[in-house]
Formats: sequence, structure tokens, C-alpha cells
Amino acid sequence: MDYAAVVFLEILYMIAFLALTSAGLAVVFGMMRVINLAHGEFVMIGGYVTIFANRAGIDIWFAMLVLAPLVVGAIGLVVERLVIRHLYGRMIDTMLATWGLSLLMVGLVTLIFGNTAVSVTAPIQSYQAGAYQMGGYNLFIIAIAILVMLVLWLILRYTRVGLIARGAMQSADVASALGYNPQKIYMWTFTAGAALSGLAGGVLAPLTGLLPSSGSLYIAKSFITVITGGAAIISGTLASSMIFGTINQIVSFGSTPVIGEIAMLALAIVLLRLMPQGITGRFFKNST
Amino acid sequence: MTGGPTFGVGRIRWGWFIVGCVVVLLLPAVTGTNTPTLLLIWALFALSLGLMWGFAGILSFGHAAYFGLGAYTYAIAAMTVGESTGPLLLAIVLPAAAAAVIGAMMFYGRISDVYMGVITLVVTLILFKFMNATAGDAYHIGSVRLGGFNGIPAFPILNLPGDPSVTAFGTPFYYVVCVALLLCYLLCRWILGSFFGKVLIGIRENEARVELLGYSAPAYKTAIFTISAGMAGLAGCLFANWAEIVTPGVFSLGQSAEVIIWTIVGGLGTLVGPIVGAIVLGYLKLLLGQQTLIDNSLVLGAILILVVLLLPSGLLPALARWRARRDRASVSRRQASSTRRRRGHRGDGS
Repeated sequence: MDYAAVVFLEILYMIAFLALTSAGLAVVFGMMRVINLAHGEFVMIGGYVTIFANRAGIDIWFAMLVLAPLVVGAIGLVVERLVIRHLYGRMIDTMLATWGLSLLMVGLVTLIFGNTAVSVTAPIQSYQAGAYQMGGYNLFIIAIAILVMLVLWLILRYTRVGLIARGAMQSADVASALGYNPQKIYMWTFTAGAALSGLAGGVLAPLTGLLPSSGSLYIAKSFITVITGGAAIISGTLASSMIFGTINQIVSFGSTPVIGEIAMLALAIVLLRLMPQGITGRFFKNST
Repeated sequence: MTGGPTFGVGRIRWGWFIVGCVVVLLLPAVTGTNTPTLLLIWALFALSLGLMWGFAGILSFGHAAYFGLGAYTYAIAAMTVGESTGPLLLAIVLPAAAAAVIGAMMFYGRISDVYMGVITLVVTLILFKFMNATAGDAYHIGSVRLGGFNGIPAFPILNLPGDPSVTAFGTPFYYVVCVALLLCYLLCRWILGSFFGKVLIGIRENEARVELLGYSAPAYKTAIFTISAGMAGLAGCLFANWAEIVTPGVFSLGQSAEVIIWTIVGGLGTLVGPIVGAIVLGYLKLLLGQQTLIDNSLVLGAILILVVLLLPSGLLPALARWRARRDRASVSRRQASSTRRRRGHRGDGS
């Protein structure tokens, strides 16, 4: 019974992890059809901001929930203005340029902070679940992931900003004809996506030690989650997080975590072959 | 993204070709062969991607998969057989076969560019993660342990076909790599000059139109993907011989990124471009590796961003365009001056 609960919680945590790390990429891909290969580095920088702000004496909650999104959001804004905006409509070029960006950021962080692992202790103690020791911080991650998804959904569904964003997503021309500058919408969308990635990085920093190259841990997972999810931001991300999270953990419990991850990646290839438009391209067509 | 409307590959510039060959042949007399060998292996790897990306418009975000498969195949087979001829061929055939399966799956599935990027990337990642996790006795092929993160050391290096006692090491190995690169270059030229190559370039320019003319684009794309992967496998096999060890690093994302950067910087839609790009940037990487002040990936990343933004067709095509413009300018200047002369002459006569 305890074991079942542990497995269930681990699956839930993996789903939350995938949803959280993919949210930023999903917003950018869903709204702008831009694949940001530097996404993993945005997450990584969010983690670095949290850790070094904490070392400088700033409260860790403030650092991860406020500072990390702000800093990474600002970086996103600069990147959009300098690089991305020149490449709209050229998908492959965007992927290449953002891959270059990813290498550049890894190099910069190595230059500034050195190529050594940094970490911070989780601010929530672990607790006892029957015979098992469980990380209490994992529950916080699950809560944050639910919160992020809920807030995203509320904004997209019920606010004016969300309405404009969804309108621009369906047809940038019409939004433009109605007086909303698509350039501006894209700029803020990319910034918001970067901020979400920063938040994910900040929140996850206590769980995983960080290296300058840590971004590559996230990029593949979020990449397949978002692409398999398809164009609908929230339902797509949730659907694919659930599939991949469950498969990853079940296979991991049956064998090793590496095999679990390989199973997840292999499943992604099969799903992409079967549904080239993603899950929401086939099933929940009219969702957000 | 294509390198402008170049249909097929131009004629060989014999002057440059001979200069290049002479430099490559005489290089061992001037410097050691260790670094040049590595650079030429990288050039072969970049050529394999340049063939597929520049002429058929297929970009693989994980070309390192086939490079690495070639390296691992050679290492495992050479240790099992104890001789190199069969393993060398296998190191070309196996990556090609893997690419044929993956390519057929992607191209017959009509998967768009971005999704293809994801799939090729994920294939590489699977191999990388798997090979990293193969430490211990449980993972072995035949009697060869895969060795996980530490890789496979101490396999037999290339030898004369049929005579395992004569091995290619040092300068002879350098010439083996030279010949391999030259043959692959000529093979690429032959492919692009053939009917098959013309259809490929047609697919790059307008896939729908080629399909309407009755050619099966998936079949052609799968074929070139297979050929390119075989060439990458050969490069990987040579790399294994150069390093004398294979580690999971051959499958890394960095390896995939580097070959893309070499190819696009050198020039898409050319064969010499990727070769030059790999040699120049590869040398730059080695130089940067000797100091600790500036990180290598910082420079490579910056180069990739700048090239995509400012020079999307790469160095060599941009250079060719600049020369064409200059030639046109000088021709029109000459015409203008000759017109002036004629007018002046008439002026004198009247």
C-alpha cells in the first residue's frame, strides 16, 4: 500500500516536472510557432539566479518565485529583440539560431560561474510515508505545476490579454487589422515564455544540482512534451506530460531510470510518427 | 534555407582542386599528421551532412547518431574479428541501414521539418543515454564490453586488407583519410550530376512539383539520407581509428551541433563549403581548447547566431556572390569605358 502511494506520488511528480519545464516552451511554440532550443538554458539560468541570490542572502522563496522569472524574462526580452524577431516565419533558422544561443549561454555561464556543480538545500523537509522517506519538496513542485497551469488557463480563457493572445495565435493578420501589433504580442509572449522557464528553473534548483550544461537535461524532455502535445498550449502540455510522465516512471520502477527515459524518448518518436500534428492536433482540437 | 538558386554543383575549379590536393599531400612534410588527420575526418563528416542538407534540403539535428554508430560498430566488430576490412565496411553499412529505417519512417510519414528535427535529435539522445548507461558486465556484444561512460579502448586499428600485421598509423593513416575524403567528394559530385541528384535538387526547390511529375519524394529522400549516414559512419569509423577509443561523447548533442555549424558556416548548397568550414572551425576549436580564457561553446554559439542572422547561405556562396558582383561591376565598367571611348572616337572624327 505504501509502495503504491510512493509510485503514485513519483508519477505525479514526473508529470508535474514535465508540465512545469515545458510550460515556457509550450507558450512560445503554441503562440508563435517558434521552437526555442535555448529553452533548457533559460531553465538553467533560472536555477543559477536562485542559487546565487540565495547565497547573497536573499530569501530563497523570493529568489525562486520572483527573481528567477524576472531575470530570465528580461533575458528573453533581449533575445527576442536581438535575434528571434528577425527570424519569424523561418522555423529552421530559428531553431539553428536558438541552438547557437544555447551554446553561447552555456559558454557564458561557464565563464562567469565556472564549470563546477552548485546546489542549494530544499527549503522543505522530507517526511515519512509509511516505511518510506519522501521528499516534501516534491509535493511543492506538484502544487506549483498545478498552479502554473491553472493561472495560464485562467489568463488565456478569461482576460483581455488572453483573448488578444489567442486571437493572434489563430490569425496574426486579423489581430493586426484590429489594431494589435503582432510584433508586440510576440515580444511579450516570448518574454512570458522565458519567465515561465526561469520560474521552472528556480523552483527545480533545490532538487537537482546545477552545471552550466544542465540545460540539455531539460531541452529534450520539454521538446518532446511540447511537440507531442501539439498546438494547444495547456491541454496539449498536460496530455503529453501525463503520457510521458507515467511511462517514464513505470518503466523506471521496473528497470532503471535510464531505461525509463529511453522508453519515454522512443515513445515520443512513435507518437510523432502516428500523430504528426501532436495530440491536440487530433483529439482536443478546440481547446486552449 | 538553400544557398540561392544553384542547380547542381558547379564544375570543378581545377586550379583550386590541384592546389588543395598538393597542400593536403605535402602537409605531412611540414607539420605532424595528428591534427590534420582529425580535421580531414571532421571534413568528411561535414561533407556527409552538407550533401543531404545543402542539396536535398533535409536537416538532421542529430547527425552524430550515424557518426557514433560508425565508430561503435567499427570498435566492436574489430575487437570481435581482430582485423579491420570487414568492420570498416560494416561501419558504413550499419549506420546506413539504421538511417534507411529511420528515414523511411520519417519521409513516408510525411513528417514536417520541425518534427523531423525532433526525431533525429531524439534518436541521438537515446543512443547517448543508452551508451552512457552501459557500464558493467551486463552490457556486452559478443565478448566486447560496451564500457558505459568510459567507452571501448584498445581495438585493432585499420590494417592492410587481408594482412592484420600491417597497420595504418600516423602518416599512412593520414593518407588513408585523404583518399577516403577525396573518394567521398567525387562520389558526391557524381551523385549530384546524375539523374538521381537532379531529382533531389528538384525536391529541395519544390517537393510538390517533383511529386506531380511522378517521382516519389520519400523514396529519394530516404535514399540520400541513407547515403549520407553511410558517409557519416565512415567518418565515425575513421575517428575511432584516430582516437583509438570510442566513448559515448561521439553521440553527444555538441557533436551534432558542431557538424551543423561547420556545414552552415562553410556554405549550404556547395560541397567544398562544409569541408572548408569543418577544417577552419575545427582548427579554431582545437586552438580554443588550448586556453581556458574563452569557452569554446561561447565562440561556436556566437558564430552560429551571426551566420544565421547575417549570412544565411554561408561563407563560400557569399564569397561567390561577391565575386560575381565584382565581375559584373568590372564588366559594366569596361563596357562603360569602351562606350565612352567609341563616343570619344566618333567625337574626334567629326
